[in-house]
Amino acid sequence: MTPATHTDKVYEAELAQLRDRLLAMGGSVEAAMAGSVRALTERDTALAEKVIAGDRDVNRAEVEIDEMCRRLLALRQPAASDLRFITTALKVVTDLERMGDLAVNVAERALDLSQSPPSKPFHDLNELADLSGAQLDKALDAFVEKDARKAEEVIAGDDMLDALYHRLFNDLLAYMMEDSRVIRRATSILFAAKQLERFGDHATNVAEMVVYMVRGTDVRHPGSRAGEGESKP
Amino acid sequence: MNVHQEIAAVKSPPPLSPEVASESRRPRPAPGQEAPAIQPKLTVEHLNAWYGQNHALHDVNLVVPPRSVTAAIGPSGCGKSTFLRCLNRMHELIPGARAEGTLRIDGKDLLGRDVDPVTLRRRVGMVFQRPNPFPTMSIRDNVAAGLKLNRVPGDHAEIVERTLRQAALWDEVKDRLGASALSLSGGQQQRLCIARALAVQPEVLLMDEPASALDPIATAKIEDLIHELKERYTIVIVTHNMQQAGRVSDQTAFFYMGDLVEVGPTEKIFTNPSEKRTEDYVTGKFG
Repeated sequence: MTPATHTDKVYEAELAQLRDRLLAMGGSVEAAMAGSVRALTERDTALAEKVIAGDRDVNRAEVEIDEMCRRLLALRQPAASDLRFITTALKVVTDLERMGDLAVNVAERALDLSQSPPSKPFHDLNELADLSGAQLDKALDAFVEKDARKAEEVIAGDDMLDALYHRLFNDLLAYMMEDSRVIRRATSILFAAKQLERFGDHATNVAEMVVYMVRGTDVRHPGSRAGEGESKP
Repeated sequence: MNVHQEIAAVKSPPPLSPEVASESRRPRPAPGQEAPAIQPKLTVEHLNAWYGQNHALHDVNLVVPPRSVTAAIGPSGCGKSTFLRCLNRMHELIPGARAEGTLRIDGKDLLGRDVDPVTLRRRVGMVFQRPNPFPTMSIRDNVAAGLKLNRVPGDHAEIVERTLRQAALWDEVKDRLGASALSLSGGQQQRLCIARALAVQPEVLLMDEPASALDPIATAKIEDLIHELKERYTIVIVTHNMQQAGRVSDQTAFFYMGDLVEVGPTEKIFTNPSEKRTEDYVTGKFG
């Protein structure tokens, strides 16, 4: 009975452009973190430098997407699912930009570690990187496909990421206790692992916003809305 | 509707509506509308309206809480204006038009044979799309027109001042109450028409696109006035301007092709409506 697209084709195109721009930014951030972890494990300083330089583009994308959202809000007065999409974009872009910064932090650790002798390989670090990258990938898929169920899988998946981080933390602690000479290196690796764990948290934020965008219900911080009683921190 | 029709509407009772719907049919709340906790001001049950063979409104059920603003939105021909006109039996002035169903104010039926439409229209006032002051009358006489027609005793000057103040027009016209109503700007004329409707102390105020012929500043004044008026009156407004519905109303009713598709808190209708047709309409995906 009703067409799935907006009567105003220019508006339809503007919304599509916003979605595409956000997806491209998400892809860049995902690639940046993957590059940083590879630079760290393979001691590839050129790759680390490339990731650090590439953050400029991520920052530029944030400013541009913000501007697109403001323009749409001011000129189109979006409602219902369009309004939820645009307010989601405004929030997601902040998470993506921060994720780009986390990738830069890991790249800087990679440069630092390349100055020291190689440490023993920590497989959990690669697994942590794969998992956190997959979390973002899935959150972005959920965003494009407007799939709240997929977004909920991302939210549930964060526990696994946290467990992996804590295991790696304990391994690194044991490594340092065995041999105090590795403390500096192990601390850098621990720092990188923490960035990956945080990366996963931001992917969860994106997924939570996708659930809101699709269903119109806010799943963040249960109990914190008016009339819901006390919130847990 | 022109001035003469409007005067006729106030003066002469039009033909009475047919029998109301059978009492045995239980009303159901419209989609999205919960049972109200407080006694509703207006209760509409199984309202159907026809223009000749054209079935213009299909079994509309809606409750309007007291001292609130309800906005009716929808594309042209969706039935929202017909709905509004039924609320004070203005539709009966159109040849071939008829309505069935129950309309209650404070629980009392108003579409029954025994109800005088003139009495109904004193309780349910109407403001129209284009400002329509009586052109040959002064500002003062325009406000007092309804009082004279209804032979309201007492000090009309006092009522004129009070209602002009309520309509946020007093300060602009107090020094020229004897001037022609046509000497006012479009926005002022519309507020004069609101004052005229308020003079007979209605309980419900119906507004049919009251700001569509006005510039943005005059529109803002009308919208600000609506916020003040809802302290005392129950308001139902028809508007093509969805942002206006968002700005002024507490609940919004979406009509489409004669159906009341969805009614709910305005914030919900514009952020997360339940019905796909509502979603498509408020996001601009129609036609």
